[in-house]
Amino acid sequence: MTAVTLFGLCGAALVGLGLYGLIVLPGALRRIIAFNLLGSGVFLLFGVIARRGGGAIAGTGSDPVPQALIITGLVVAFAATALAVALLRRLLQETGRDDWDEAGEADR
Amino acid sequence: MSAALIVDLGLALSILGLGVWTVAARSHNGAVVGYIAYGLLVALVWVRLAAVDVALTEAAIGSGLTGLLLLGVATRLPRSARQPSPTAGRWTRLLAGVLSATVAGGLAAVVLLLPDPAPTLAPSVAANLPATGLGNPVTGVLIAFRAIDTLLESVVLVFAIIGVWSLAPKDGWGERPGWLRPAPLGSALTLLAQLLPPIGILVGIHLFWTGANAPGGAFQGGAVLAAMWVLAMIAGLTRPPAVSRRRLRLVLVIGPALFLAVGVAGIWLAGDFLAYPVAYAKPLILVIEAALTLSIAAALGLLLAGPPEAPSAAERQP
Amino acid sequence: MDLSVMLDHLLAVGGNLLVLALMLPVASLMLAFALGGRHAERIALMTLPLGLAIAVAIAAAVLYGDAPLHTDLGGWAPPLGVALRADGLSAIMLLTTAVVMVAVGLFARADFQAPRGATETRASFAFWTLLLALWAALNAVFLGEDLFNLYVALELLTFAAIPLVCLDGRAPTLAAALRYLMFALLGSVLYLLGAALFYGAYGTLDIGQLAARIGGDDPLEPAALIAAALMTAGLAAKTALFPVHLWLPPAHAGAPAAASALLSALAVKASFFLILRIWFDVMPELLAQMAAQILAALGAAAILFGGVLALRQARLKMLIAYSTIAQLGYLFLVFPLVASPETASLAELRNAPGVWTGGVLQLVSHACAKAAMFMAAGLIAASLGHDRIQDLGGIGRALPMTLFAFGIAGLSLMGLPPSGGFMAKWLLLSAALQSGQWWWMLVILAGGLLTGAYLYRVLAPALFAQNPPPAPVKPVDRSREWVVLGLALISVLLGLVPLSAFSLIQIGRDVSGIGLP
Repeated sequence: MTAVTLFGLCGAALVGLGLYGLIVLPGALRRIIAFNLLGSGVFLLFGVIARRGGGAIAGTGSDPVPQALIITGLVVAFAATALAVALLRRLLQETGRDDWDEAGEADR
Repeated sequence: MSAALIVDLGLALSILGLGVWTVAARSHNGAVVGYIAYGLLVALVWVRLAAVDVALTEAAIGSGLTGLLLLGVATRLPRSARQPSPTAGRWTRLLAGVLSATVAGGLAAVVLLLPDPAPTLAPSVAANLPATGLGNPVTGVLIAFRAIDTLLESVVLVFAIIGVWSLAPKDGWGERPGWLRPAPLGSALTLLAQLLPPIGILVGIHLFWTGANAPGGAFQGGAVLAAMWVLAMIAGLTRPPAVSRRRLRLVLVIGPALFLAVGVAGIWLAGDFLAYPVAYAKPLILVIEAALTLSIAAALGLLLAGPPEAPSAAERQP
Repeated sequence: MDLSVMLDHLLAVGGNLLVLALMLPVASLMLAFALGGRHAERIALMTLPLGLAIAVAIAAAVLYGDAPLHTDLGGWAPPLGVALRADGLSAIMLLTTAVVMVAVGLFARADFQAPRGATETRASFAFWTLLLALWAALNAVFLGEDLFNLYVALELLTFAAIPLVCLDGRAPTLAAALRYLMFALLGSVLYLLGAALFYGAYGTLDIGQLAARIGGDDPLEPAALIAAALMTAGLAAKTALFPVHLWLPPAHAGAPAAASALLSALAVKASFFLILRIWFDVMPELLAQMAAQILAALGAAAILFGGVLALRQARLKMLIAYSTIAQLGYLFLVFPLVASPETASLAELRNAPGVWTGGVLQLVSHACAKAAMFMAAGLIAASLGHDRIQDLGGIGRALPMTLFAFGIAGLSLMGLPPSGGFMAKWLLLSAALQSGQWWWMLVILAGGLLTGAYLYRVLAPALFAQNPPPAPVKPVDRSREWVVLGLALISVLLGLVPLSAFSLIQIGRDVSGIGLP
């Protein structure tokens, strides 16, 4: 097994882990962290694809196209996290709890 | 098994371990600290995958700024919420486990079955890079070949700012963002905030400037500058600007606006939207990158500073 | 100037029209953001007619040139560069978006007017900039030809839609917005994963090139299959397809009427549009047939489940929200009717054009009807101070025009003639019959009955109750009623347009809609 495959498998596992956390964890903060894990697994898989593409032709290096896309994706993921955290902090200000499932039920 | 592979195996296992920790940790603070450590290790993986540009972004944004954001909210959770309440029921967990394992298993199979030789655009990028006058292929993709993504992404940051600001509580509109309250004077943080920014600003500008030819660029440079600004705000050396300030709003849109303007000019000068006339490609790209660095730094910093809030009574009388 | 000369000029502008459609709202948004105050509203209102004109121009150019518009951005051809493309379907989506945007913008003036004087208010600034933001995002989705560019477009959509939903800032609304955000982000990240796998398998993200590679002689890469499945799951969560619809009703509960109209009429359609593109423009026929059965089964469940829950709602707005879940279900019935083994084996594919037209009519007429209904419900709620269905008896006499608009939009939703909804459901029904898939026919009929039942619950007492009508707390602005009525009328009049006028839908795809030329 090569290092590239190893990190690819690691990325696959992280996607599963993030998905699991996103479904079962209570409270918004932990889900936000799980979303970031999931995203990082996706980026890692993309990075592995880039490394394979770079290694195949030039001997060393990594395909620059996926690298650029990952950088874009990282910035977008940060902006998404910021919006989620902003919503959560406003919710805490209003209710003092981050348990949004029940707060959502209350209105129905 | 070679020594390098053993190191990589250790790295992969540490990442997985930290990942499991952020999901399983009992305290929210523990989970956040675990995530920050995780992000730093992932940055190392990017170096191992020969993606130094990504590694810089991951360290600055993925781990650094995201970590600050998460820490800011974790410490504010009420005591009752810090210990996670009982997790989802057994059946939900079982179902989620099966689903997640299936997805992970499928992806693992895909990783092992990816075509060989791998399809790649690396030669195509290398062949066309001279037309842009750039030396760093990643910057070439970001600012020339796939310029539309980068343009729209800098617009995403403006959207995110509007979104965060729109959450301003009552009476908060037009005021200063309220999340970054200064730490007590004379603390270690203040000292750090006085020492670091001059160095950090140099590093940020350097990252932007070398991005044309070496790893770095607008996003990495902007992220470092944003981190320095945030540090100075936490230390109370400077206050976040009021969101109603027109100059602030101009700084936030100057990057995407200039990018868009040069893009439109390209229709006449080079025949296509977002095309650069060959003779001026490099200087135009540097101007766009400079404006983007500024806008990105401002946007990232303000995303960490939160929505505007009415000043407290103490702040009203300095 | 002669019409044909004008059209020739349009064709000469060609691909730059697409750039204009994408960049006009972006530029307006940045200007509105920088100037703020009353300027934000003025800039947004000035953008409305311009954007509509561009959408009309694109549709005219596609129809007149009888070919899709296409442009390689920066002059870099895919796979290295990114392309924009508008075929007939994209043109129709752009046009629908523009029409609904104009109506919602005019309707929202009264709710989000910036105060006179220098200071700006939070709600006004946020609404007008986000309206432009949403428009930019939708146009990016409908024009995108590159899977990653479409990912950025989807994220633009998320960032525009979520703050719009929670403008009121109350705790339940914030909680609903947070839940919506988590679903949307999960959807985007699964979509991105799929795009990455497509790149890993084929080295391109361009939809046309992927279709050519996948449709070629090489065996299908396993990565492509998993990629399409992940993307579909992610996009279904964003479309609020049963059973991942949980975020949609609470998101509507506290949203301003204008935001609800945009969310149900347009935002959820964007992700549906991408599911359509993945299965009909990228993946091979045989796989599309299998996926079609699953998607349609979920759609059928949504029709029944959404209808039953709509019947049980106490608030008018929530009834309309659950109705959206049901009506979105119809869209997913298009898949097995287009991609049935029956049609694929016939070289002529006789009924497929009808299915396409039916599906697109359902999409467009639902967009207009649902936006009209949410705005009508908003007028009722603003006028009475509540929207409890049981207390709406006799409202027809107090607000006749609003209720008339609500009623005729409902006509289209139920699928009664003459309306766009009727034509849509009729085309789907006859396609189900012709391709021997009678079970989908039963679902369509049952869905129609349920729609009739939940609308009867509102309309019968509103029109015929003998008790004195509830006294409106606030009078309703007549010009806003006209906007709602106009949109409702469009959804009905679509049913009177002769079918041959819909040839635009077919431009840029072969008869079956499977695979690109």
